[in-house]
Parts: sequence; structure tokens; C-alpha cells
Amino acid sequence: MSLDKATVRRIATLARIEVPDADLGTVAEQLSGIMGWIEQLKEVNTDNVAPMSGGTDLKLPWRKDEVTDGDKVDQVLANAPDGHDGFFTVPKVVE
Amino acid sequence: MSYILKGETGDWEVVIGLEVHAQVISKAKLFSGASADFGAGPNEHVSFIDAGMPGMLPVINERCVEQAVRTGLGLKAQINKRSVFARKNYFYADLPQGYQISQYDQPIVGEGTLVLDLADGSTRAIGIERLHLEQDAGKSIHDMHGTKSFIDLNRAGVALMEIVSKPDLRSPEEVGAYLKKMRSILRYLGTCDGNMEEGSMRCDANVSVRPVGATELRTRCEIKNVNSVRFVMQAVEYEARRHVDVYESGGKIDQETRLYDSNKGETRTMRSKEMAHDYRYFPDPDLQPLEFDDAFVESIRKTLPELPDDKKARFISAYGLSAYDADVLVSERENGEFFEVVAKGRDAKQAANWVNTNLFAVLNKKGLSIAESPVSAANLGRLLDLIADNTISGRQAKELFEAMVETGKDADVLVSELGLKQMTDTSAIEAAVDQVLAANTEKVEQFRAGKEQVLGWFVGQVMKATQGKANPATCSDLLRKKLAS
Amino acid sequence: MTELTSFTIAQARDRLLRKEFSALELTEAHLASMERNKDFNAFITTTPELARERAKASDERIAAGKAGALEGIPLGIKDLFCTEGVMTTAASHILDAFTPRYESTVSQKLRDAGSVMLGKMNLDEFAMGSSNITSYYGPVKNPWKAKGGSNADLVPGGSSGGSSAAVSGHLVMGATGTDTGGSIRQPAAFTGIVGVKPTYGRCSRWGVVAFASSLDQAGPMTRTVRDAAIMLKVMCGHDAKDSTSSQMAVPDFEAVLGQGVKGLRIGIPKEYRPDGLNAEVDALWNKGIGWLQDAGATIVDISLPHTKYALPTYYIVAPAEASSNLARYDGVRFGLRQDGKSLDDMYAKTRAAGFGAEVKRRILIGTYVLSAGYYDAYYLKAQKVRALIAKDFTDAFKKCDAILTPTAPTAAFAIGEKMDDPVAMYLNDVFTVPASLAGIPGASVPAGLTAEGLPLGLQVLTKSWDEETMFRVCQTLEESAQFPTLGAL
Repeated sequence: MSLDKATVRRIATLARIEVPDADLGTVAEQLSGIMGWIEQLKEVNTDNVAPMSGGTDLKLPWRKDEVTDGDKVDQVLANAPDGHDGFFTVPKVVE
Repeated sequence: MSYILKGETGDWEVVIGLEVHAQVISKAKLFSGASADFGAGPNEHVSFIDAGMPGMLPVINERCVEQAVRTGLGLKAQINKRSVFARKNYFYADLPQGYQISQYDQPIVGEGTLVLDLADGSTRAIGIERLHLEQDAGKSIHDMHGTKSFIDLNRAGVALMEIVSKPDLRSPEEVGAYLKKMRSILRYLGTCDGNMEEGSMRCDANVSVRPVGATELRTRCEIKNVNSVRFVMQAVEYEARRHVDVYESGGKIDQETRLYDSNKGETRTMRSKEMAHDYRYFPDPDLQPLEFDDAFVESIRKTLPELPDDKKARFISAYGLSAYDADVLVSERENGEFFEVVAKGRDAKQAANWVNTNLFAVLNKKGLSIAESPVSAANLGRLLDLIADNTISGRQAKELFEAMVETGKDADVLVSELGLKQMTDTSAIEAAVDQVLAANTEKVEQFRAGKEQVLGWFVGQVMKATQGKANPATCSDLLRKKLAS
Repeated sequence: MTELTSFTIAQARDRLLRKEFSALELTEAHLASMERNKDFNAFITTTPELARERAKASDERIAAGKAGALEGIPLGIKDLFCTEGVMTTAASHILDAFTPRYESTVSQKLRDAGSVMLGKMNLDEFAMGSSNITSYYGPVKNPWKAKGGSNADLVPGGSSGGSSAAVSGHLVMGATGTDTGGSIRQPAAFTGIVGVKPTYGRCSRWGVVAFASSLDQAGPMTRTVRDAAIMLKVMCGHDAKDSTSSQMAVPDFEAVLGQGVKGLRIGIPKEYRPDGLNAEVDALWNKGIGWLQDAGATIVDISLPHTKYALPTYYIVAPAEASSNLARYDGVRFGLRQDGKSLDDMYAKTRAAGFGAEVKRRILIGTYVLSAGYYDAYYLKAQKVRALIAKDFTDAFKKCDAILTPTAPTAAFAIGEKMDDPVAMYLNDVFTVPASLAGIPGASVPAGLTAEGLPLGLQVLTKSWDEETMFRVCQTLEESAQFPTLGAL
């Protein structure tokens, strides 16, 4: 499986990682190398095999509907690079 | 009563599917212990989990699971005893984890039905495609700063039910009926307060058009987050017309997300959603599949209230109400309950009439809910009793009702305070009759000459003479007797 | 006080209770070792003052007769565990200055047991690596050096490379690691120490920076099997904050030590002996088989047919989960932020500047295998192969009680090697990844040296929730190997 530059640009955009145009070729080559090696999975017959999607088959635990958390604005915002008056901020979004 | 858009090339029909996002009524959020209540200061209802802090993990709130199943049962839908939480991956300022925990190909509730009650008294069944549980996002506030948007995560992680209809709706009217019915069912069930203005129920509409008679679906546009039933109806109407106009001028519709501007009454492309989506759903590895047994479902089924459709059917069969009256009375659970207290042991049609006409007129005027009604159901019932036993006349009843609304006092108290008792003393009425007949000999002649209508006029005169306290039927009887002699 | 750093946890625990020395003295001795051996670069953050404070509190508890299971024991905490009030970086630039206001469940349990944290251990960025060279805070040096030949600095393995180097070099008595595909076992093998990855679900993941949620497991890294048993018991246990945490009772792992392996059936999987397996590794494996046989175990040939597909499976599953887990590093609520002209621009610039090359590579791979049109071919396929790999083990454990394999295909290599070929680097985990995918417990025990004098480890695997058998086999190997542990440095 070979990834071209356009594919790398597309997935980099989806992943929100800026990849300079000059690097697209190198990245595409590396990713193609990895994906090529991964291709060997195609050899495995997985007909009628149920996928294993988690690390455990334990039953999902449920918690009670109780308010046990929150009311810690200072702690929640303590690490914010640009907090303002109890809010996080981002560059202005136009909808 | 099909809804047709006239075009130059022919007639078009609109095809609409709705996605309702209903906020689950619960104390805490879907996967964290922070409060789900509205109205706190910025980021006060936020845990480290909701803020997407490193190493934080979700644990599901059992109440939210119950509420989803309850809603599914209310929509007569298939309940899936095994469902899977999946991550929907996208970046947005109000999505702290960079993904929304939702359900994708294995939702908790499958296909169901919602019955529309249309204005002409007819009904139409609309298919429900699915209902799934998911996290709400936070809120971006764009008008607090010149170059920044402010982010409040109080809503982030609150449980939502996304209820998706099949593309079965064919007119703005049906859209309105669907949303009202959905809201009514959710409120009956107590799973969502249905308040669209506050955002606890939101609606996205998928709209496309096609020539009448065509069966294939054309490209649809999704109109996001419209916050009232009326606006959804307007948005759908506008969007359908826009599609027809585009097609008829040789253009093509792009599949896109649009916003409805209620000031301008038009939809427009949503700029922030322009980037192509690829949500990369996959099962959330932090959460095993959600599983429960039949006993769990049955324990919820046992607590279901009588729902609007069943109640409507009962009101029609047991009380002999019209479909219209029944619709109005069952639209809110409290209305039906109020009515049944008034109707108990009384003339049900008359009770429905008083609730639907007189009481609702007052409540609408005063902007009150039925729970805040100044006239209690018991008191309104008492008023009907007073009419039934001839204590008061119909006219007096109206006067009494107004006084009850104004003062909040009991019917019986007001009857004596206002001296509203109907005359039961026949001799007093007889005296008034004699007086009226003596003063109007011409009319008496007319009646005797065969002009029967004059009788009504005489009744009016007697009522006037008795300040309305005489029983009209007694007057009429006495008049006939005297005039015949 | 150098000799104080030579004790094992078990020895120090007993001597502290007998008041032969104080917890503060023990901590000071390790702080001094930490200071002397700064050039290992094993720590990202040191917390000497906090350590002294906690050591004093330990002495008070010992005096009051209220000592916990790890009272006064100096430990290193991998910098993937969030620690309240102490910077937590995951060795990534993107978590610059991040200081959690919460403590991970595992590090809290260790604190509650009286242990003394000396600092936060270096690691591969977001635990993605097998040699600790992807850390934003620079590579870690292995305390071991090859005899003769070059004097090159060697890698300590990864991702728990700071932990392995510090335990091996006696900077700490034990350390926490996390293992997603071998990140405890492989560095333990490279540095001649014991590393245990328990069954998935034994240790809470709450408060541990997530790499691949369905694989991540915390575990102890120590110099002896007994120490690992002591430390693991404290680290495990149900946590209601982690939905994948087991409610099963935690056995007293230390209590099974000494039971030996008599009567146990030890499986030897033929697929772990591929053509071209390093001869020294092969020879050591045979030695290990002999030791267990001599101790009364029965050796059984088994087959784990899907072994060769484990690595490619892992390199779909782990990056896919990571691409999603690492989406929260976006410059909004914590860590690094690079200004941008729009929201998306800010995200893209922040993440480009904040993540290193290997992390970016894995995020991109993960994004790709989940993207529309590729999900079934890659992600779903990998989940199915993962199920087959898990089934291989289930089938194998019908025939045996434990499985013995080498831990890694080679001994430690020089810093700078295998840098330009990601796949060559991934092959380090060829023997450890299958157990990670199956969720079963695995441990590495130092078992011998190469001709160059570098440590090699043997890996013991058992079925889920049977760490007790694993510890029995590990201890027999340890006793037989008489591994020449590094002295205090």
C-alpha cells in the first residue's frame, strides 16, 4: 500500500498536524513503508471471526446518577494556556 | 392534504428526515459525575473528564441508560440489549477530547414509530430509524472578545438522545406535528423536558426535494440546530423552495450543512463545517459494549405512563370526545390529568369544552401553564355541577368563571358573594312574566297570530327583569303557559 | 551510605521496620545516587524535597507502628502517570509545564502504601518507542556497557527506559512502567531487571496518559522477582473510575514465591524461534527450558500460529487508538499552544510543534487506518486478527500452564542505531506484542549475558488473572540464572 502526497496531506489535515509541503514526500515514503509491511495481514483468513475491539471481556460497570464532581473551575483552568474569566479561549471562530 | 411546491417544470414534493437531540433528564452527566443542570457559571459543572484532561476515563451513568430504554419503549421501538459506544473523531473548540462518545452502527434503540396528529384530525405514522446515546459538546461564545471565542464546557458530556426519523415527512406542517408529538412523548416519559428555547431539545432537518411521482432521493442538505418548532417549519419551507429554484434554473444542490437565520428567514452555508468530514468512528476502547437483559427492559416497561396515543384513544372511546378535543387534551400529560378530574362523574364533553375553550383561553392570555392555573380542576368541576343542578345559568357560569380566574376563590363562595344563585322561586318568575306580558300587548298579539319567534324575545325580557337570575327554561315554560291561556 | 542503595525492596522493607536505618536515610542515599548518575538522564523531573518530606512522614508512621506495604521505599514514577502538583509530560513538548491537579490511581496507591517518589522517569514520547530515543527530554543511557569493543552508550529499551535505567543503576529501588506492546518487559530485559505487565484490567488506567487504551497496562520494574510481587500487589485493584478495571480480588503474589514449578507444564512456542533468531538469545532460551525442567516442570511444545501477524496487527490497533487518544492535545486546555490565524491553524501548528516525529507518524497511520474506505481493510481486519491471536493463547493454555520465550530478539543496542527505519525499530517488540494484544500477563526476568556482557531476558506468559503461576516460574528462573545484577553505582 503506497500513500501519495495528496493522501498524506488529507490525513494530516484530518489529524490537525501541519506538514510542510517540502516534507510530504519523506512522510509519504515512511508511511508507505509501514503500510507495506502491514499488508501481510491480508494473508490471514478472518472469515467468521468476531473482531476483538477492547482489551477485556469484563461487563461494563454502571455508576449511580449522582453529582460527585465539578465546581472546580480553578483546577480545571489551572493549566490553560489562555484562560479568561473562567473560560478557555481559542482564536475566534466564525460559524 | 399533500404539500406540493409548484415549479415551472412541474410539481415537486419535499422529503424531510429529522434528527432530534434530546437532553436526557439526569442529575449527572453521561460519563462523569459533574452536574447536568443548566445555569451555572462558566466551567463550574466541569470535571477533569469533561475537560478532556490526560488520563481521564468515562464511566456510564445508569440513569441515562434507563432513560434511553424508556424513550425507546415510548416510541414502540426495538430495544437493543447489546449496543456499542463509538468515538466520533473531529476537532472543534467545544469538543475537549477531540472525539465525541456516541453510538454508531450498534445503537441502544432501533426502529420505532411516531404517530402524527394532523390539523384535519387525521393521523400518519412516521418511522423512527434509531435512537442512540451520546455526549453533548460544550459551548463556544463568539461575542465576548474581538479576536477570541470563549469556551464553556458545562454542557460538555451531558447525555443526549439522538432520535433519527426515517425520511418520511412531506411538509412543514408534518415537521411541526412531529416535533410537537416527540416533545409530548418525551415529557410524558420524563426523559427530556423538551424545551427547545433552552436547547434541551434541538433539531437538525435533512431536506431534499424531488418531482412528484419520483421515487429516488436527491441530494439533501442538513439544517443544523434550529431552536423552535416554528423556525424548523420555516427553515424547511425555505430550504425546499431553494432546492426547487436551484434545480429549475439548471443548478445542482451540494450536500452541505446549513444554518437557519430566523431574522432573515433564510438558510445559509455553515462556514465552520466546510471542511470535509471523516469521523473515523471506532468502538471506544475505554468502554465495553453496553449490555442488559430482558428483566431490565421489563422493569422499565412496567413504569411507563399511559402515552398520548393511548390516552387519546381512550378519551375518544370512554368520553366520546372529538379527535380534535382529545388531541388538545393529551398534548401535555398535565392537561389530560386536569381534564379527567373535571370530567369525573360529569358531562365529559362539557368538561372538555370548558378546559379546551375557556380555561386554555385564559391560560394562554396570562402565559400560564396548566399547573399554574388559577382555577383548580376540582373547582372547575364544581362550576359544572352548579350548572347541572340549575343553581346557575350558563350566562352566570361565564361570569362565575371570570371571577374564579380573578380571585382564585372557590365556586361556591363566589356564587353567594356575587349573589349569582338562579331564581328557583316560580312565583317570583311568574310575577316578572306577568309584568312583561302586560307591558307588551302588541307582541302578545303577534305570538298568538303565529309568530313563534317572539317567545325568545319574551324570555330575554324576563331574564333582564330578573337580572339574569331566572332559569331560562322555567321562563320559557311559564311564558308558553300564559300565552296559551 | 552507598550500600543503602544496594538493598532490594524486600530487604529494605524489613530493615526499615527493624529501624536499622531510617526512611529519610534510605531516600537520601538514593537522592545522592540520582545526583551522581544524572548523565543517565533517567529523570524528567526530580522531586527531592517532596521525597524528603514523604520519607520523614514514613519514619513517623514506622515509629507509630503504622507502616504501609512499601513504607519508606524510594520509587521512580514513569512520567506517564499524572501526579498531583508535579509536572507530568509524557516526555512530550506538547505537555509543556502541565501540572495535574489529580493523582493517578496507581501512583496514589503507591503513595498510600508509604512509598517515596523521587521523581518522574523519562520515557519514549507518549510511550511510543522501544529505546527511549523519542523523548523530548533526550535519550536515556543504559547503565550497562558492552565489554571490549566500543564504549558506545546503549539504549535502556523503551518506552519505560528511564524507569529501567534507574532501577538497574540503583537510582531507585523500583519504578512504575507501562506496557502497551512491551514497554515494561523489553526495557527490563535490556537493563537486566525484572519487569511485569499484569493482566489487562489489573491496574487502573485512571490518571495514566493514554497511548492505546485497549493495550495500556501499568506494572512494576524492580531488581528481583519478589520486589515485583510486592510492588504489583500494591499497584493492582479495582477502580470504579476505570470501566475496564477488574473487580477480581488481588492475590498475595509474594505468598506464592517459593512454591517452585514442580508439576507445571511449560509451553515452548515454535513460532518464537524464527529463522535467523540471534544465536545467543536462542541459547539462553534453551538454558531457561533446562532450568525449568530441572526444577520439575514438564516442557510442552505448543504452537501460536498467528504470532507473525501480531506486530502488523499491533501497528494498526495501537496507532488507531492513539490517533484518537492524542486528539485532546490541542493547545486549548493545557500544555503547549502555538498561535494560529484560525482555530484549525492553531491546532495544526500546536500539534506540529508539540509532537515528535514518531508520535506524528503513528497519529497519521492511525488516522489513515480509521479513515473512510480503509476501516474495514485495516482496522477491522486487525481486530479480527487480534481475536485469532488471543485464541492462539487460549488454545495453548489448554496444554500448558505457562509459556517461556525470549523477551527481545537482541540485547541493548547503541543509541542512534535503527533510527532511520521505523519497522526495524518496531521488530524489537516481536516477542512482547502478542501477549499485549491478548491481554494476558507477561514478565521478563534477567537470565543471562551475551558474550559482550549485556543482559538478556526471558519472558514468562500465563493465562489472564494467573499472575501467581507467572511469579512462580519467574522466581525459579531467577534462582537458576543467578544473574549478575549491577552493583550500586
